[in-house]
Amino acid sequence: MSHGNLQRLEAEAIHVLREVVATFSDPVMLYSIGKDSSVLLHLATKAFYPAKPPFPFLHVDTKWKFREMIEFRDRIAREVGFDLLVHVNQDGIDQGIGPFTHGSNVHTHLMKTIALRQALEKYGFDAALAGARRDEEKSRAKERIFSMRNAQHGWDPKYQRPEMWKTYNARVGPGETMRVFPLSNWTEFDIWQYIRRENIPIVPLYFAARRPVVRRGGVLIMVDDDRMPVQPGEEITERLVRFRTLGCYPLTGAIESNAATVPDILRKMLTVRTSERQSRLIDLDEAGAMEKRKREGYF
Amino acid sequence: MSYLQTVPPHDIEAHLTEHDKKSVLRFITCGSVDDGKSTLIGRLLYDAKLIFEDQLANLGRIGGREIDLALLLDGLEAEREQRITIDVAYRYFATSKRKFVVADTPGHEEYTRNMVTGASTADLAVILIDSRQGILQQTRRHSYIASMLGIRHVVLAVNKLDLVDFRQSVFDEIAVDYMLFAKTLGFASIQPIPISARFGDNVISASKDTPWYTGPALLEYLETVQLDPLVEERPFRFPVQLAVRPNADFRGYAGQVASGRISVGDPVVVAKSGQRSSVKAIVTFDGSLAVAAEGEAVTLVLTDEVDASRGNMLAAPASRPFVADQLQAHVIWFGANPMLPGRSYILRTETDSVSATVTALKHQVNINSFAREAAKSLQMNEVGVCNISTQAPIAFDAYKDNRSTGNFILVDRATNATVGAGMIDFPLRRADNVHWQATDVNKGARAATKGQRPGVLWFTGLSGSGKSTIANALDRLLHARGKHTYVLDGDNVRHGLNRDLGFTEADRVENIRRVAEVAKLMADAGLIVLVSLISPFRDERRMARELMEEDEFIEIFVDTPLDECARRDPKGLYEKAFAGKIANFTGVSSPYERPESPELHLETVGHEPAALALKIEQFLDRRREGNEL
Repeated sequence: MSHGNLQRLEAEAIHVLREVVATFSDPVMLYSIGKDSSVLLHLATKAFYPAKPPFPFLHVDTKWKFREMIEFRDRIAREVGFDLLVHVNQDGIDQGIGPFTHGSNVHTHLMKTIALRQALEKYGFDAALAGARRDEEKSRAKERIFSMRNAQHGWDPKYQRPEMWKTYNARVGPGETMRVFPLSNWTEFDIWQYIRRENIPIVPLYFAARRPVVRRGGVLIMVDDDRMPVQPGEEITERLVRFRTLGCYPLTGAIESNAATVPDILRKMLTVRTSERQSRLIDLDEAGAMEKRKREGYF
Repeated sequence: MSYLQTVPPHDIEAHLTEHDKKSVLRFITCGSVDDGKSTLIGRLLYDAKLIFEDQLANLGRIGGREIDLALLLDGLEAEREQRITIDVAYRYFATSKRKFVVADTPGHEEYTRNMVTGASTADLAVILIDSRQGILQQTRRHSYIASMLGIRHVVLAVNKLDLVDFRQSVFDEIAVDYMLFAKTLGFASIQPIPISARFGDNVISASKDTPWYTGPALLEYLETVQLDPLVEERPFRFPVQLAVRPNADFRGYAGQVASGRISVGDPVVVAKSGQRSSVKAIVTFDGSLAVAAEGEAVTLVLTDEVDASRGNMLAAPASRPFVADQLQAHVIWFGANPMLPGRSYILRTETDSVSATVTALKHQVNINSFAREAAKSLQMNEVGVCNISTQAPIAFDAYKDNRSTGNFILVDRATNATVGAGMIDFPLRRADNVHWQATDVNKGARAATKGQRPGVLWFTGLSGSGKSTIANALDRLLHARGKHTYVLDGDNVRHGLNRDLGFTEADRVENIRRVAEVAKLMADAGLIVLVSLISPFRDERRMARELMEEDEFIEIFVDTPLDECARRDPKGLYEKAFAGKIANFTGVSSPYERPESPELHLETVGHEPAALALKIEQFLDRRREGNEL
């Protein structure tokens, strides 16, 4: 390849995006507002140019996302002009499901996994594009780019289809769906380099700022709204923090950092000694947690 | 992200530019079960300090006293439980010299499909060998598959050398054995390295336990091995992914350049139609380009309106891809059900999808000896050379010339499973293969879907002997049992197919030939065909018999004496014949040659047609039990 690594990764992702549009009748792109989704949205804009991305974008809102994420989402949807669908598991809302009251497992299962399944069924999507990467977590490292889900949305890791070259088997049976991951071969470092190179807008939470946080179980949790119960002995302090990944605010740990720009973050990454998912509380609950959730239909 | 740097560079921009320009080496680890593939990758990442602290901490929680490095790679619960690798894991890391994508592939034969998944995009294979075991069947299998998939470079990692006291003789012997065995596989380079993945000998640095080894450690070798340079002169190939038409003024073809390069103004040809045009613009989101080279994802606008939809290919007119509906390919089979010649699959190339049939399995490749062996089917994990026929022509190159445009997968129609991977050798000329097409290879599959054994029941006998009556009764019985049947009646075919034929001997022969050919086609379609035809001559009955497969032709002699036929005279023909009004009437003015050894001999006098039909049905049941269907 005469071009650089980012160019190669970009071309690979664009190829995958086009394959999905060419082979499925109702694809959707899952838009989670994070940096990977931002990169994927950018790639979708490139892949079909001068046409617009020929699929809608779906955000599964747990109602516990950082407020800045939602503001960012609505602003980008307006500016880019994409077709944004927002789905909330109304049953979960009616039951008052939340991470503080029900714990991260129940919350994630009902408000993310079940909600996603509801949305896919409601709209009848046969393929869902998402920004998951193999370097995020070791069960993801095992997953195909075109990853089958059965009619119950489950992933069967023991019987994945072989996936050779760039020749993808996009055929699904009745009720089955495909999850497709164009960023499979990107690393966290690639994502940041690409954000820098392409000037991709991302949620400001990724950059260091003084934010109100509470230290809980060794993790810094940001107090994003008044639903956060502050327990005896806990103290809200303003600290210079940023986030390496974004999700539901009660389940996402902040890191103390002064990296306020993308080059700052890249420089930090050259010496970082922990994985990005360390700040995701939902992955720390038990060994194999990610695989378990994926089998249930989570991304 | 795994990227080692002890001191942050001051000039991040320059650093990133340099990082982006590093070459990428894609490699796999393969070899037999428990040869230490996952452990080796774990060791490589661990010693090179490319493992995050939290990931290491997780290992401590799961493993015993010693860190089990394989657990870094074995990301599935079932893998950790069974302590084996089931599916391929991808890891990404970089050193100051190179970027790496490593696919850790499973050693069990059962999971060959996952090994192939990793190997299909790799440049190099690290083949592990347990120094206590030497070369095993899986070593051979994986070496063969790696070579077949186009991997050019091999590192022979002779592992667990600590368990044989780091003896040079063990290493040398294995290296020599491997070189001998692999010389027919055509690798560009083979580098043997003595290692202990468990203790890190010669993994990232030279081991003090192998003073006799002066070659590079594994990481050093991976960082410096010379990859085949990109062949810029390869002809331009552009498989069309989709047509982009945002409005009436714009029509472009989106795809990724599979090989070669293209510039604005260059002539191109649409592979399947041969239509010529030239490139008007190379469009991307970041602006139009003057040139696009291999690997780039672009949208081409042509100067002319041509038909180049998905599945077609734009190519250099001077050096075009093959366009054919017959080809020979090496196929590796993954399906739980064997690959059967004659069965229909979906053949998928990078962007095309067509119905395809394996018309012939030319031979199977013995994984141990690489010998060609005759075979009727390919079982899971077997490799064979096949002739394949596609319903419509596809555009392709030989796999050895182009991994992108020379590959395909086979998909099972019922389950949508990916059941095979193919590497195209060359196209086949049509004339060589029409013959293959016309043979009865599809019959078994068609019959299987009908749950029956096809056959031709040939009722012969005098006019008025009761052939049609019995055939009709049998047809009703079979139909009621859900069998797929058809009656070819001598009188009826003369109303259409054979309306131009009279009753001369030549016409009677032609009459029988045509009916026999039609019966053969129907049997090929899986049907049970009931032919009711006087067919008075032995030669023609033999001709009909020989047209069919062995055991497929059932001659049923409906034996009724002439005077009984004349007495019944259902159509009033005997009366006319005896009056001399019909020439060449069988039994009257033309001979009837009695069958010498029919499968069934039915005497009709004193028996009801229904009872005789039952007798035939019982015969068919016995025949089915005698065979497997």
